[in-house]
Amino acid sequence: MIIVKKLIKRFGLKTVLRGLDFSVEKGEFVALLGPNGAGKTTFLRILSSLSRPSLGQVSIAGYSLPAQSAAVRRRLGVVSHMPLLYGDLTAEENLQFYGRMYNLPELSQRVDEVLAMVGLSARRRDLVRTFSRGMQQRLAIGRAVLHDPQVMLFDEPYTGLDQDASEMLDGVLRRVAAEGRTVVMTSHDLARAETLASRFDILSRGVIAASASQASLGTGNLLDFYKQVLGA
Amino acid sequence: MSENPKAPTSRPASNYFGAVMAVTWKDLAAEFRSRELLSAMLIFALLVILVFNFSLELDREARESVTAGVLWVTFAFAGTLGLNRSMAIEKDRGCLDGLLLAPVDRSAIYFGKALSNLAFMLIVEVIVLPVYFILYNPKNFFSPGFFGVILLGSIGYVAVGTLLSTMAVQTRTRDVLLPILLFPLVIPVLVSAVQASKGFLSGLPIGEIVPWLNLLVVYDVIFIAAAFMVFDFVVEE
Repeated sequence: MIIVKKLIKRFGLKTVLRGLDFSVEKGEFVALLGPNGAGKTTFLRILSSLSRPSLGQVSIAGYSLPAQSAAVRRRLGVVSHMPLLYGDLTAEENLQFYGRMYNLPELSQRVDEVLAMVGLSARRRDLVRTFSRGMQQRLAIGRAVLHDPQVMLFDEPYTGLDQDASEMLDGVLRRVAAEGRTVVMTSHDLARAETLASRFDILSRGVIAASASQASLGTGNLLDFYKQVLGA
Repeated sequence: MSENPKAPTSRPASNYFGAVMAVTWKDLAAEFRSRELLSAMLIFALLVILVFNFSLELDREARESVTAGVLWVTFAFAGTLGLNRSMAIEKDRGCLDGLLLAPVDRSAIYFGKALSNLAFMLIVEVIVLPVYFILYNPKNFFSPGFFGVILLGSIGYVAVGTLLSTMAVQTRTRDVLLPILLFPLVIPVLVSAVQASKGFLSGLPIGEIVPWLNLLVVYDVIFIAAAFMVFDFVVEE
């Protein structure tokens, strides 16, 4: 579903990604882990077509970036630590707006479904700026799944969430993954990643330094694996 | 989720016009609810035009020769405020990324933002113009050509301003960078708008105004075409 070969990203003289190779099968849930500055967000921004690769090949769902970026974007849902929502619009208006940007058929019905899925039907006519951080993040996930994407990218989705909101987000993420979507999530929360992902890739100094599946790693060993790879 | 990987999950037909209108609708709906941008632009514009009125103690003849300039300086200053705020709203909550993730040609986002910026500017102008009329009492204020110039000048200003505000908002110095980038580039629009406005207000023969109108139209077309071509590169890292 996602194939990345020898990806290089430079910002001026600084090289952030240094020949990164990465692939994800359909339906996999990959947690992309690594220290600050490893290049996780840069990598996800390239996958989401918000940033152009300096060199290398990236293809998602059979479409290459950046040449076929519109086709990729149609199949992609992105959630970051920023909500990507308008505070002065209601929850319903935000979803209606993004639905119109994706030219979705039967939009009102789809908006109803998504609001129910993220548990915000009762707050549909409230302005988003009155929402808690957790509610905004749930609505952000609703926005990202509105067009029924095959691939979901989550960039630190738990940033700023309290315990209750994080647990609620766990449930929404599990549901998103259970629907058969391919998921890539960056996180610093190893315990949470361990409960959600089927594979763990560790990004360090612009390359994938190590990769392990949930099955091969076993339960409760992710932290040791992470420390071992990074030499911490 | 769609099973066929090649099947588009949204309608494949071009959504260009729909996306343009969606962005404009979103901006107008959010602004009419918060009124943050319009009230700031309006208060600033009224203050500028009042300050000019009280600081320039001119006789009638001198006044007639400078009021078109005063008007356009007012519009330009207020417009800069609006352009900055309009893009800052997109950047502060990551919404610009949300727009860029939509599967449409990115120039649709530019045209949507430009249309809403133009609407905000025209609303401010509709309120400021009667004040300008009362304070400066220009001779041929109700000339249709004068209002045509206001529209053409605003289109040119917004066309280049929307593009540059998109560039400026991605920098740390966005508040100061926009006017520094914008004013040198928009000089041809402002000069031709001031000269054409002055021509209509002072009742010059149309033959003397047409060259300025032509220049205004040419710059409008150039700025819109240039923005259409480069917007994708401006927004992508």
